[in-house]
Amino acid sequence: MADFPGKPIQKELSPLEVSIEANRCLYCYDAPCTNACPTHIDVPRFIAQIADGNLKGSARTILEANAMGASCARVCPVEHLCEGACVYNTESDTPIRIGDLQRYATDSAREGNVKIFTAGTPTGKRVAIVGGGPAGLAAARDLLRYGHAVTIFESHDRLGGLNTYGIVPFRLSTDVALWEAQQVVELGCEVRTNARVGENVAPATLVAEYDAVVLACGMGDVPKLGIPGEEHVWDALEFIERAKTTGAAPGLGNRVAVIGAGNTAIDALTCSKRLGAERVTMYYRRGEKQMSAYQFEYDFAKEEGIEFRFFCAPKRVLADAGAVVGLELVRTRGSNNGSPRLEIIEGSEFVEPCDTIISAIGQSRLLNSIDALGVEHDGGVVRVDDAMRTSRAGVFAAGDCIFAKGEREAMVVEAAQQGKLAAASVNEYLGSG
Amino acid sequence: MADLASNLAGIKSPNPFWLASAPPTNSGYQVARAFEQGWGGAVWKTLGTPIVNVTSRFAGFNYREHRMVGMNNIELITDRPLEDNLREIAEVKKQFPDRAIIASLMEVCEQKPWHELVKRVQEVDIDGFELNFGCPHGMSERGMGAAVGQHPDLIERVAAYVKEVARVPVIVKLTPNVTDVRFSARGAARGGADAISLINTINSVMGVDLDTWNPIPHVDGKSSHGGYCGPAVKPIALNMVSDCARDPEVNIPISGIGGVETWRDAVEFLLLGATNVQVCTAVMHSGFRIVREMIDGLSDYLDSKGLRSVNELVGKSRNTITTWENLNLNYKIVAEIDQSRCIHCNKCYIACEDAAHQCIDRVRHGNNGAYDLVVDAEHCVGCNLCVMVCPVDCIDMVRVDSGVPAQSWKERSAAAVSTSG
Ligand SMILES: Cc1cc2nc3c(=O)[nH]c(=O)nc-3n(C[C@H](O)[C@H](O)[C@H](O)COP(=O)(O)OP(=O)(O)OC[C@H]3O[C@@H](n4cnc5c(N)ncnc54)[C@H](O)[C@@H]3O)c2cc1C
Ligand SMILES: Cc1cc2nc3c(=O)[nH]c(=O)nc-3n(C[C@H](O)[C@H](O)[C@H](O)COP(=O)(O)O)c2cc1C
Ligand code: SF4
Ligand code: SF4
Ligand code: SF4
Repeated sequence: MADFPGKPIQKELSPLEVSIEANRCLYCYDAPCTNACPTHIDVPRFIAQIADGNLKGSARTILEANAMGASCARVCPVEHLCEGACVYNTESDTPIRIGDLQRYATDSAREGNVKIFTAGTPTGKRVAIVGGGPAGLAAARDLLRYGHAVTIFESHDRLGGLNTYGIVPFRLSTDVALWEAQQVVELGCEVRTNARVGENVAPATLVAEYDAVVLACGMGDVPKLGIPGEEHVWDALEFIERAKTTGAAPGLGNRVAVIGAGNTAIDALTCSKRLGAERVTMYYRRGEKQMSAYQFEYDFAKEEGIEFRFFCAPKRVLADAGAVVGLELVRTRGSNNGSPRLEIIEGSEFVEPCDTIISAIGQSRLLNSIDALGVEHDGGVVRVDDAMRTSRAGVFAAGDCIFAKGEREAMVVEAAQQGKLAAASVNEYLGSG
Repeated sequence: MADLASNLAGIKSPNPFWLASAPPTNSGYQVARAFEQGWGGAVWKTLGTPIVNVTSRFAGFNYREHRMVGMNNIELITDRPLEDNLREIAEVKKQFPDRAIIASLMEVCEQKPWHELVKRVQEVDIDGFELNFGCPHGMSERGMGAAVGQHPDLIERVAAYVKEVARVPVIVKLTPNVTDVRFSARGAARGGADAISLINTINSVMGVDLDTWNPIPHVDGKSSHGGYCGPAVKPIALNMVSDCARDPEVNIPISGIGGVETWRDAVEFLLLGATNVQVCTAVMHSGFRIVREMIDGLSDYLDSKGLRSVNELVGKSRNTITTWENLNLNYKIVAEIDQSRCIHCNKCYIACEDAAHQCIDRVRHGNNGAYDLVVDAEHCVGCNLCVMVCPVDCIDMVRVDSGVPAQSWKERSAAAVSTSG
C-alpha cells in the first residue's frame, strides 16, 4: 500500500490500557452506548468479552451487528454516538474508549486471520447488489449468511467504496477497508469490478436475472461550483482517491484553497497539508457554527495547521497559462445563528493567491444509476420505506443513495445498518416470494 | 496524639502493627528494615529443623484490574540454619530494644524436641513465642503445623510442653482449616497459652492454566494445595477472631491476622476483639513502608474519635455480633435512590429484577427518553443488593418505622409457645 505521510490519527491502545478500559466498563443493562450505536452493537458484551479474554467472541459480537465494525472503530464520530452516550460522561469521569476497544477486538480478528462467519445453506435465490461500498458489503454479508447467492457490481476496480478510496488513509487505511470486503468475498460472494450498472451492465439484466436487487451506489462526484475557471478546480474526492491510492498528488503546490466545510473538506485540507502544502486554507460561505464537519474534525484540522476563512464565496478562478494563480472570492453576510439566509456583499471581492483549488462542497446524486433501475427518488435521494424497499418490488436500497441531507453527515455506520436491514428485508421478500 | 502502645499478654510494642511470620521476617536484614519504617513487632519466620523449599511457590489471585486480591503459597518454614536466625534475632533486638520480636516455632509433637527448641531459642533476647500450628501444606504431612492445629487435644498438649519451659509469653497460632475454630482456641487456652493468633492461611488451589491444564502455580507440572491469604480472606479472619473473642472458654488475648492492609482493616480487627494485628501479604505486595500510613491513619482516627489509647478500641464491637435468632425481625430499611447522582447504568434495576425482589422500576418522564430508577418501597425487602452494585454510591438504605416494637426470632418463637401453651 502507498506510503502516506504522517501518523494515523487514532492511537492504538496498549494491552494495559485495553485491560484497564475494558475492566472500567460497568456492563450497564439496556446500555445507552448500545442504544446510541446505529447498528446496536452490544457494547457491554463485546467489552466484557475483551475483559474475559475471548477476543474472537468480542469480534463476533461487534461484526455480527455491524459488518463494517473494523472501519467504524476508526471513522465513527463516537463522541456523537456510543461514547457520547456512555454513562461515564460525568464531571469526574471520561467515557469508556469504546471505539478504541472495538478497534482492538476487530484488529485481533484481522491480524489473526480469524474466520467468524460462514455462508448459509444455499437457498437457490440470487441477489444483485449495485455498489460495493459499506452499504452493499453489509447487505451482501448478511444475504450470504442467509444462504442466498450474491453478486456485487462495482464500478471501481476494488471493493470498499469510500472506505477504500474516500476516507483519508490516516483515518482509515486501505488494508482495513479491503480486509472487511474480503470477509464478504470469502463467504462466496461473486464480485464484478469495473462494472457500472447503467453503463456496461444493463439494468434490465439485473432485474431479469436476479430475484432481488439492492441499490447501494452511494453518491457521486463533487457538484460543479458554477464559476468561471471551474475546469482548473480539483474534485476533492478524486484528489483524496489519488492521494490514498498513490500516496502523492503531483502538482499540488504550496498554497491550497479548499472550498466547503464538511468532512470531505476536512479530509481534503488535512490530506493536502500532510502531502506537503505549506499553506492550506478552507473557504466557507457561511460561519463556523454552520460547518457540517464535526467539532473533533475541526479541532483536528486546526491542530494540523489549517487556516479558516468564513463568510466568503468563490467567484472566479484566476489562471495563468493553464495554471492556477489565485481564487477570487466575495464576502458574504449571514447570521451566525443558523439562519439559512445568506447575502453577497457587492463590491467586496478579494483575491487569494494559490496554486491549487479543491472543491469539497458535497456530493452530487447518481441520477443515472438510480433512474436506470427506475425507482422513485426525491432529487436523487432514493425513496425507501422502513424495510428499505424502494417503489419497485424486488428492488431495495441502502446507504448514501438514500441519505437525505439532514442534521448530520452521511456515515459508514448508517450505511452498514441500512445494508443489514435491507438484507433482512430481501430475505423476507425472497422467503415469501 | 493518641497512644498507640500495645500490650498482648505482656508482650509490649510501640504500636499494634506486627509483621506476621512469613517471608518479610525471614532475616535480620529484613526485620531491621521493617523496624526502621516503624513496625511495632515482628514474628520471625518459623524456626525449626530447616527444610528445602520448591521454586514456584506463590501465586496471586487477581480480580479484574486488581492484583493480588489474594495470594497463595506452598512455602515451608525457614530454610536457614537455626544459629543464623538466632544470631540475627539478637542483633536486631539489640538495635531496636523497644520492638517486639516473637520467635515462631514448629516441631514434631513430642515433649523433648519442643523443650530443646524452646530452651535454645530463648537463650537470645526474645519477647515471646508463637507456636505455628497452622501451616497447611508440607509440614502438616510431616505431623506438624496444621496437623497439630486440627486436633484441639494436640494443641493443648504441645502448648503445655512449651509452657513448661518458656520464660516469655506463648502465643498459639491457629489454622482456619477447621470447622469451628473455637475448639482449637479452647485447646490452646487449656494448654496454658497466653494468647492466640489467627488466622494462618486457608487451604486453596489457585487455579488451572487454560492452555497447559497445569495447576497454578506448578512445580514441574504438579502442585499441592497451598495456603490462601491477603485481602480476600479478611472476612473469614474477622469471623474467626470474633468467634474466639466472644467465647468464654477461650478468654485469652488475640492477635488478629488475615488480609490486613490498611489501618482501617486493623481497626476492624481491634473492634471485634483483637489486641493487635499481624500483616504479611500487604507487605509482600508493597513493602514495609505501608506501616507509615497505618500508623498515621490509626493515630488520626483515634484523635478524631477522642480516644487516648488504641487499647480503648479493643472489643468495642465484640457484642454487636450475635446469633441470628437474636436479630430484630421488625427492623425495616428500604432503598432510596438519589436521582441527582444516578448515572442510569441500570445495574440496580437488573440486579433487583433478576436476583432480588423486582422492586426497582424504570419510570419514563417526558418524551426525550429520560427516566428515573424508582424503588417500590412497599415491596423492597431491604436486602442491600442495589447499594452493592451501584457504581456511584447514590443509593442509601433508609430506616422506615415498622410501627411494631423490636422482636427477635427467639422472642417470637417463645411468645408463640407461651400463647399456644
Ligand atoms: C471524504 C469523505 C470522508 C468521510 N469520512 C467519514 C468518516 O470519517 N466517518 C463516517 O462514518 N463516514 C465518513 N464519510 C461518509 C461515508 O464514507 C459514507 O457514508 C459511506 O461510505 C456510504 O456507504 P455507501 O456504501 O452507501 O456508499 P459508497 O461508499 O459511496 O459506495 C458506493 C459504491 O458504489 C459504486 N457505484 C456507484 N454507482 C455504481 C453503479 N452504477 N454501478 C456499480 N457500482 C456503482 C461506487 O464505486 C462505490 O464503490 C466520508 C465520506 C467522504 C466522501
Ligand atoms: C509466602 C508465605 C509464607 C508463610 N510462611 C509462614 C510461616 O512460616 N509461619 C507462619 O506462622 N505463617 C506463615 N504464613 C502465614 C502468614 O503469617 C499469615 O498468617 C497469613 O499470610 C495471613 O495474613 P495476610 O493476609 O496478612 O497475609 C506465610 C504466608 C505466606 C504468604
Ligand atoms: S455506557 Fe459506558 S460503562 Fe456502560 S456499558 Fe456502555 S461503555 Fe460500558
Ligand atoms: S434493597 Fe434489595 S429489594 Fe430493595 S430495591 Fe434494593 S435490591 Fe431491590
Ligand atoms: S445503580 Fe446507581 S447509578 Fe446505576 S441506575 Fe441504579 S441508582 Fe443509578
